[in-house]
Amino acid sequence: MAKIKKKIKTIKVDLDKCNGCRACEVICSAFHANPKYSSNNPARSRIRMIRDPIRDVYVPVYAGEYTAAECMGRDKYVIDGKEYDECGFCRAACPSRDAFKEPDSGLPLKCDMCEDDPPREKPLCVEWCLNDALIYEEREEEVEEETKPEDVEIGLESMINKYGLQKVMDTVARISQKD
Amino acid sequence: MRYGETGFNLEIDLTKGNIERVETDPKDTELHLGGLGTNTKILWERVPPESDPFSPDIPLMFGPGLLCGTPAPGANRTIITAYSPQTLLMGYSMMGGFWAPELKFAGYDKVILRGKSPEMVYIWIHNDKVEIRDASHLKGKGAVETQETIKKELNEPNAQVAAIGLAGENRVYMASIEQGRSSASRLGLGAVMGDKGVKAIAVRGTKDINIAKPAEFYDLCNEVLKYIKYRNENPVPNVMTILQGLGSPQEMLHVDEKWHTENFMWGNARVRRKDFWNKEIEEKWKNTQLSVRKRLISCYNCPMKCGAIISVPGISTYMMKCFSKLTYAMAAFVEDLDFGFRIAQRATEYGVDGFSVPQVMAFAVELKEAGILTDADFAGCPTDNEGRFYWLLDRIVRREGIGDILADGTYWAAKKIGKGAEQFAHNNIKKHEQLPLKLGMLNPVYFLMYATGEKINITQIEGQFPQSPFMTMEEREEFVRDWIQVPDEKFKQYVLDWEPRGERSNPYYPTVDMSVDIVDWQEMIHYFDDALGVCAGLSSFPLKPPYHIHNYPKIISAATGIDMGEEDLKKVYRRNRNLLRAVNVRRGLRRADEVPPEDHWKKRFPELEAKLLDAYYKFKGWDNEGIPTKETLQELDLGYVAEDLEQRGIIKNG
Ligand code: SF4
Ligand code: SF4
Ligand code: SF4
Repeated sequence: MAKIKKKIKTIKVDLDKCNGCRACEVICSAFHANPKYSSNNPARSRIRMIRDPIRDVYVPVYAGEYTAAECMGRDKYVIDGKEYDECGFCRAACPSRDAFKEPDSGLPLKCDMCEDDPPREKPLCVEWCLNDALIYEEREEEVEEETKPEDVEIGLESMINKYGLQKVMDTVARISQKD
Repeated sequence: MRYGETGFNLEIDLTKGNIERVETDPKDTELHLGGLGTNTKILWERVPPESDPFSPDIPLMFGPGLLCGTPAPGANRTIITAYSPQTLLMGYSMMGGFWAPELKFAGYDKVILRGKSPEMVYIWIHNDKVEIRDASHLKGKGAVETQETIKKELNEPNAQVAAIGLAGENRVYMASIEQGRSSASRLGLGAVMGDKGVKAIAVRGTKDINIAKPAEFYDLCNEVLKYIKYRNENPVPNVMTILQGLGSPQEMLHVDEKWHTENFMWGNARVRRKDFWNKEIEEKWKNTQLSVRKRLISCYNCPMKCGAIISVPGISTYMMKCFSKLTYAMAAFVEDLDFGFRIAQRATEYGVDGFSVPQVMAFAVELKEAGILTDADFAGCPTDNEGRFYWLLDRIVRREGIGDILADGTYWAAKKIGKGAEQFAHNNIKKHEQLPLKLGMLNPVYFLMYATGEKINITQIEGQFPQSPFMTMEEREEFVRDWIQVPDEKFKQYVLDWEPRGERSNPYYPTVDMSVDIVDWQEMIHYFDDALGVCAGLSSFPLKPPYHIHNYPKIISAATGIDMGEEDLKKVYRRNRNLLRAVNVRRGLRRADEVPPEDHWKKRFPELEAKLLDAYYKFKGWDNEGIPTKETLQELDLGYVAEDLEQRGIIKNG
């Protein structure tokens, strides 16, 4: 199996260092304005401070995937005795809340690591966080080029067990027509 | 399209319950910028000078500065103005935190409250939707509690709420307006808000603020950030710790309080305790502070950390900044910092000014000791220092018994009490309590700032120029080497020539003319900040700040598209400075009011002081009473002001 190199981009978030300034929101929204920096509006930012000063809750969260339906249940973390908000670490643009959606259109937002041409050395939220609460790390990992066929097989088998061979084949046929 | 600003003010008539979104004139932005500048213009235009500070005509204005809501670091100040019930002059106070940008994102440059609501209300601004809501359930509630309650009942965790506590409701002349980690504390604006029947203003905004020249503006902001980083890594050497860095005084970070406890006065701004600080106290105070401090926090879009979340066991959490951890303890002669944090919690919920109130209480204690206030006045008051202060605070905020008199501040209280009480109200300028600082030799620059400042609060006037001379020539040379902020190279020479002793030392050096120059520069930057909404902690207040006369014009131009060079901007400063002076002159401010406390310095020089004032007035284009001349006003496009002052006979024929 051929191995390929993949760049993994990570932003390490150190909650203890965050002073709650929201500079990350400011600059993210400015960068994504069109033309660049022509306006700013933290409500359009792809990073959000989930913040409740009185409870000392300061959590910068990055916008992840859009989800059409909210989770069946919600999570709530307690760390070192401190209770965080419901869904307080979740990155989804989700119907249950207004974070990570354009305020006017409601379209979902997703962090794109400040994709730019030419590529930036560091994402802007990291650059503007002078408190080092956000640290950018890049590493290369070797991954296999393709998913192992065994994995697909295992998955399909369980589908067949559940739905029967015919149904799975029909579905596969329908999906391939769409493409 | 408007850039940097929204172009709309929110006008609310509380008597009628009328709400209007009113477009503003872009010309006013060019002439006055925003914040304090445009607030002053509106106050001048709308209110007859005879009005009582509690008259319904007086607009209470919440004016974010022009740069608030842009990415300019530290642009987050709301400038709140009205007439001060205490000084009777224009009162303005700057509130940091997160409220100003939120208002801009909601689509407004100012909130202007007129009239009086018959019932207590709060205002909820959510973009275009603005409501006046019943606040009867919030009556008597703490300022912090009110903010939390409102956010919950609106189900808007991201709303920013500015609220008053019981002190504001009861029109205590030292009542503040509190918002998160910040407050507009000085000059009693919380009392005006309470008088209008407004408990709070909650804001949530999700609209854009536009930038005229995006790429340029972004580069300028980056330079500011880079310089902040540089300054954080390179503290100014050879000055006291609190003067080395940027930001408001880093009182939440530092635990070493030797300097304040030994140099600031205890009690009613009288007693200096030169040997107070020792190892044992240091250890104890450090433990106290570190155990109650949960996190160091900032205002909107600022990398500094001037505030803190304070959680003292057994009482509700609040946020603190600046010196209030010390002001109550020192005024009460309590040597336990824990008391400082505890009483400040109650004071924050009540919503009071942490500078004036401790002095008023210490003043009451002195009057009692002198037999001017009696046992009857203190009936029910505990005898220990701590208990007495809690008791007095409760009485003042509730305006009960002697508290009702004290609630007007030392100046008015002394007048009412009589029997020589005036002697004890010794630390005022223009009827307002000052820092508890008493010094030896007159410093001519400080003399002028104290005497003439319209803010009536030294920390909002000083900055930029060193407070005292450097000891050696090497130190001076080192200081001026990278001093890019100077508006003119001559200031470097002033520093190089300024000696701790001898001919070129205080009070005769800096000379009269130099002193005037230095003061004008310091004032200028404060007037910029207060019109732009930039925190003084990144600009006018500390040594070698990231904002200065050389980058401000570019930043303003790039943000707003208004073509502005250094000379244009200086003219805006002079215009705003003169308009504010005119507002106060129309309310009776004259030379006789411009006097620092008699005991502020031990060594005074009446002749020199008169010369300093003369020169300062002349430099400003004012007459010998401190009244702007017709020519000065006309040259600054303030001909209408000159006309008005002439009609009133304040400017006499030419
Ligand atoms: S910029 Fe950094 S310190 Fe500021 S809120 Fe974002 S993560 Fe926190
Ligand atoms: S990495 Fe870029 S896109 Fe993602 S949140 Fe930060 S600034 Fe926004
Ligand atoms: S310097 Fe301090 S007070 Fe000023 S904006 Fe920053 S955090 Fe707030």
